[in-house]
Amino acid sequence: MLSRRAVLGAGAGLLSSTVVLAQPFAGIYEPRADVVADGIWLVRGADEPITFANGGAIANTIIIATDDGPVLFDAGISLAHGQSLAALALKLTGKPVTRVILSHLHPDHAMGAAAFDARLVHALPSTHADLERDAEGFSDAMYRLLSGWMKGTAIVLPQADMADGPLIIGGRSLQVFALQGHSAGDLALLDEATGTLITGDLVFHNRAPATPHANLAQWQAALDQLEAISHRLLLPGHGPLDRTGFAISQTRDWLGWLDASVHQSVASGLDMTEAGEVAIPDRFNGLKSARYELQRSVSHFFPAIESEWLPKTAP
Amino acid sequence: MFLKLAAVIALATPSVALATPPAAKGLPADPLESPMWQFQAERLFGTSPVVFDRAVHVLVPEIAENQRVFPVTVDARALPDVQRIVIFADLNPIPIAIDYATGTAAPFVATRIKLDQRTPVRAAVLTRDGVWHVAGNWIDAAGGGCSAPPLSRVKGDWADHLGEARAGAWPEAAGQTRLRMTFRHPMDTGLVENIAAYNIERLTIRAADGTLLGDMQINGSVAEDPAFTVVVHHEGGPISFVATDSAGLRFAGAIAPEPSPFASANP
Repeated sequence: MLSRRAVLGAGAGLLSSTVVLAQPFAGIYEPRADVVADGIWLVRGADEPITFANGGAIANTIIIATDDGPVLFDAGISLAHGQSLAALALKLTGKPVTRVILSHLHPDHAMGAAAFDARLVHALPSTHADLERDAEGFSDAMYRLLSGWMKGTAIVLPQADMADGPLIIGGRSLQVFALQGHSAGDLALLDEATGTLITGDLVFHNRAPATPHANLAQWQAALDQLEAISHRLLLPGHGPLDRTGFAISQTRDWLGWLDASVHQSVASGLDMTEAGEVAIPDRFNGLKSARYELQRSVSHFFPAIESEWLPKTAP
Repeated sequence: MFLKLAAVIALATPSVALATPPAAKGLPADPLESPMWQFQAERLFGTSPVVFDRAVHVLVPEIAENQRVFPVTVDARALPDVQRIVIFADLNPIPIAIDYATGTAAPFVATRIKLDQRTPVRAAVLTRDGVWHVAGNWIDAAGGGCSAPPLSRVKGDWADHLGEARAGAWPEAAGQTRLRMTFRHPMDTGLVENIAAYNIERLTIRAADGTLLGDMQINGSVAEDPAFTVVVHHEGGPISFVATDSAGLRFAGAIAPEPSPFASANP
């Protein structure tokens, strides 16, 4: 009898002759910055899932000029990505990066810290703890998805020293908000001079929110807090900038609909695949990756809601 | 000439029109080009005829967000006279997840499986004429769904809730009830160091008079805390179900569905 391994070995030979399995080479990150306020640049990520084609460059990064050098808000996904962002910040400001602030744990925002001295990288204590727990798993997952793009990307844990309150860097007055909901630690930043509110992944704009570590009630509360902060311009974690307040209400609307939809699916006897196939309301037509994120969110929330909602039964 | 004739016959019966005609001898070529197709198909189907058939709907999400809990729904209601539905993943170390003898039930089943690596996930549906109808797709997944310990083992509380059953029933169509059942169970695969295989092996569903409404064989590649959705033929009264595991424990539940709103409309 053939063993499974022997069959796999034989099959591999067959496969290579019938299917083109070219191993593609990673490309080069070429981030572009748009000036959005005095001394503030937005580097847009692709409004897509993480794929080999986009090198995982899907999150927004913000560059803030100070007298000490630029501050980088979120570092990209890999060593090469972080390096390309550092080079861009140097080109724009004439100075090397003085500080990297990580908004939260997710790899598209945090793993580019590999390009920097750990002493420059700062985050909330909860984000440090999240990364201590999950960074190795993220690293495995990102190397699997992105292979060559991740070359040389080591885990750099941030200093766990960011906290709510004022922060002055190189003469620039900032305000730090320690929030949670998208993850256990979500850092938002206000630049006082320009009224620019930098939200990390607490706000998505025209791109469906991702929920792998979300607490929806806390997230809604965080959106209320952000809305109460006077600002002129909002830079979200994913999607274009917003000057109208729409991005906060859109994120709130999606999260509310998502929660109700998954509950409704459980209550009406659907299983997870069906819950991921329900109609998405027309008002979310402008959200990129909506079906993809709905199905991910079903995976995140459905089993727990089901175990609460389905009645216990006895013989 | 023969080909033309075959095409005309195929068009006459819609469910066959979608199917690849069974090869007179041997297995049809796998559209997924899986390295394990031949091996799995010979084990599963023996010498029975096999067709790849789009009448078998395998519903899965776009992405395997969690390789420990990957939902799969199989809907073969477009096929007549279904007898069995098998869900399997070619490259899983425990390829077959469930083998469901549908009996009088509708040919529909949903559950969640583990994925140990990128693999085809398929359904094979046996009809009364002895033909297996197969459909499925490649699913990209991170490794370790079968070879990582279940969360309740890591947390250590699996025994506190073992066998807790939950269930709900919903009217599906005239004379049909959608039944959802979940069980707390570690569903140990035996592929994790120092944790022996331990899983729910069988689930039977019966009407109040003892009539068998559905019968499912279950393997360790079904996800921890397994969930099953079936559509049983049922004319009212309570439905009971029993799951038995590989240690011989029985986990039973019962549910009294609301009268079907379809009953009066379509007697």
